Amino acid sequence: MRYFPTWKIWIVVLVGVLGLAFAAPNLLSRDLARDLPTWLPHKQVSLGLDLSGGAHLLLQIDEAAWREGRLAWLEGNVRRTLRGERIGVRVIGGDDAHRQFALRNADDAAAAARELDGLADDFTITIDETGGIIAAFTEEGLEAGLGDAIERTLEVLRGRIDPDGVLEPVITRQGRDRILVQVPGVDDTRVLRSRLGQTAKLTFHLVDQDTSVGAAEAGQLPVGSVLMPGREQPGQNHVLRAEILVTGESLESAAASFDQGRPVVAFSFDGVGAARFCDVTTENVGRLLAIVLDGVVISAPRINGPICQGSGIITGSFTVFETQELALLLRAGALPVPLTVVEERTVGPTLGADSIEAGKIAAAVSFAAVIVFMVACYGTLGAFANVALITNLILLMGLLSLLQATLTLPGIAGIVLTVGMAVDANVLIFERIREELRHGRTILNAVETGFRRAMTTILDANITTAVAAFLLFFLGSGPVRGFGATLAIGILTSMFTAMLLTRLLTHLWLARFRPKTLGI
Amino acid sequence: MKRLRLVPSGLHLPFMDYHRIAVILSVVLFVGSIALLLFSGLNFGIDFRGGTLIEIRTPQAADLAHVRSELNALDIGSIALQEFGSASDVLIRLPLLAGDESVQQEAIDRIQATLNDMYPDIEYRRVEFVGPQVSGELIEKGAQAVLVALALMMIYIWFRFEWQFGVGAVLALAHDVGLTIGVFSLTRIEFDLPVVAALLTIVGYSMNDTVVVYDRIRENLRKYKQEPVRAVIDRSLNDTLSRTVMTSVTTMLALVALWLFGGAVIAPFVLAMIWGVLIGTYSSLFVAAPVLLYLRPVRVSDEREGSPDTP
Repeated sequence: MRYFPTWKIWIVVLVGVLGLAFAAPNLLSRDLARDLPTWLPHKQVSLGLDLSGGAHLLLQIDEAAWREGRLAWLEGNVRRTLRGERIGVRVIGGDDAHRQFALRNADDAAAAARELDGLADDFTITIDETGGIIAAFTEEGLEAGLGDAIERTLEVLRGRIDPDGVLEPVITRQGRDRILVQVPGVDDTRVLRSRLGQTAKLTFHLVDQDTSVGAAEAGQLPVGSVLMPGREQPGQNHVLRAEILVTGESLESAAASFDQGRPVVAFSFDGVGAARFCDVTTENVGRLLAIVLDGVVISAPRINGPICQGSGIITGSFTVFETQELALLLRAGALPVPLTVVEERTVGPTLGADSIEAGKIAAAVSFAAVIVFMVACYGTLGAFANVALITNLILLMGLLSLLQATLTLPGIAGIVLTVGMAVDANVLIFERIREELRHGRTILNAVETGFRRAMTTILDANITTAVAAFLLFFLGSGPVRGFGATLAIGILTSMFTAMLLTRLLTHLWLARFRPKTLGI
Repeated sequence: MKRLRLVPSGLHLPFMDYHRIAVILSVVLFVGSIALLLFSGLNFGIDFRGGTLIEIRTPQAADLAHVRSELNALDIGSIALQEFGSASDVLIRLPLLAGDESVQQEAIDRIQATLNDMYPDIEYRRVEFVGPQVSGELIEKGAQAVLVALALMMIYIWFRFEWQFGVGAVLALAHDVGLTIGVFSLTRIEFDLPVVAALLTIVGYSMNDTVVVYDRIRENLRKYKQEPVRAVIDRSLNDTLSRTVMTSVTTMLALVALWLFGGAVIAPFVLAMIWGVLIGTYSSLFVAAPVLLYLRPVRVSDEREGSPDTP
């Protein structure tokens, strides 16, 4: 104790100054902090959505639908390829992982094998000599395809959620089949939900005018026709030809507009789409053309003449808001795979602000109470412990800013709790010193022994809490994770301040003033 | 200058005289907690049960009866309303509906549309929805976290102390977790994800307390070789009592501040913590320590494991 190495003093001072430097930007307003030169510490603690306000949605992709779509694509491709070689084939079974076909003539097996080789990367296609064909997803093909679909979905979502690029949303893949969407500052999520929930697959079909809706509903649906609900009157169905003439993928632009005073969506096709649309409308003048969105017929106007300028309008009983939303969805494109919201946590701005305010008050009150209490119990040494406590908080804020750990409401609780628990290390030391004094040791000896003996206990005791904190961080999600982070950092900083800072202060005090009693 | 002493120096409490009554009390409370858990279960919040929670703030005091009748007219399951903090803050709960997530989303949309019609200037303070898949996963993850924490603590204690201490520490932990869950079952306070976080913190805190006491018992067992184990335990508990009380009090100061000023959202979390600190302190003295009376740790000699500090 007589000798406190200078390098230790420097480490304590250095850490303290660094902590202060990294914590300091939090005292500035957000804009001021952003304008700080980059060579200065300029990061502020990042607030979780439960404090800053915003929407948090966890979306689950409909993998079954995606597999179904991919298998349907495969089925069509196999048929088409073999039909091109005049090889007869039919589907005889399958599930969500494979399709089973049978050749009409087993003699074609060799020819079919040649044709189907390399048809699709994500399937293994095997043909036996009796003419049975099994096409199954390969493990890698499935994962790659799914990953690709999710990547494209992220793109589409970005276009839908933040078309103007001002919201700074975070849209990321979570685990195998989920997508996390976080949008700061949004508190009414109805619009958000409807934008995320719609696939927005736009297709154009001819209306099957030879079949009455009544007959179709009674089950007399000709091959190649489908029954679809209409948007205008609930319960009213339409009979359409199943063949898709043009899809929304061929759209180049879409915008909300007006036609004869009614809100409509105006769209224009790209080159290929325009040519195709021109052909279709030229061939079918006088017939009804159905515009279908996600399996619902929006309208079915009559084709009055060839439409070859590559643009058109979608009418329907829309409000202005609905046309704006529909145009936005069409511009962003259809989702490659349907999504459902499986979790939502949205916090309005005032609740977040209230939580921060409440957290500040709770922290201040607990801080004041603990400081008064420590001085009342331990006098000068208590004051040293308080210096350590303040330093501890500064280091905690500095580390939170530096690591860009997210501060959440439970995280604030973690900080307040740290205030209460951080003094534990000092209490252990002081109580030990008291005991050693009672055993008749001199002041210097008691202090030295107290610090040394309390050390193993402090380590033992803090490691257990640290284990719990790290678990919370790694296993927890969202706000709980934030709690784990602040608790873990708090334990680290409190051990540092108790074992080095309080010790240093005590040492300097004893060396400088040579007090007769410790006053504890 | 006169210093505040929560525990007068020279105090010697005969803790072990009460160990029988303490053990009986703890066993009764523990069994009672488990029985409560089995028979009446926990009042799971939406994290674990799934469902929807909407907190709204209306410009004037909300007319609860009116809101209730309007929402019930939608006919979408049993909607529960509750004033939350002030007269213009209302908490609306909707249990998980039959059907998939899209059914829930539609229900939320309809509720919000109705509320917007009633109060054009309504503010949505909070909208939380947890679907059936996610709630199942959260239960799994929460239970996993608590079990892993217990396992890691056991490994650590087994590493640092003789097995008798390990058994005692684990019993004390099980006691604390059990009684905390029991209190949640009894009071019907909502059991949610933050409460699991509180449980883990309690595990850490209780362990911390137990380790401090055990450290001293181990040290004193070496130091006072002639003293019976019972007397050594009493001596160690009294040695550390001042620290035990001090730390509990400072932690409690912080927790009470959080409870009073921290807001309604984290109140269940704070309550769990307050109870946990009380029970964790009790268990170090009256569960972890008496276990050693029964298990009798082996007293190692100084030559083998003596510390240089021992006079």
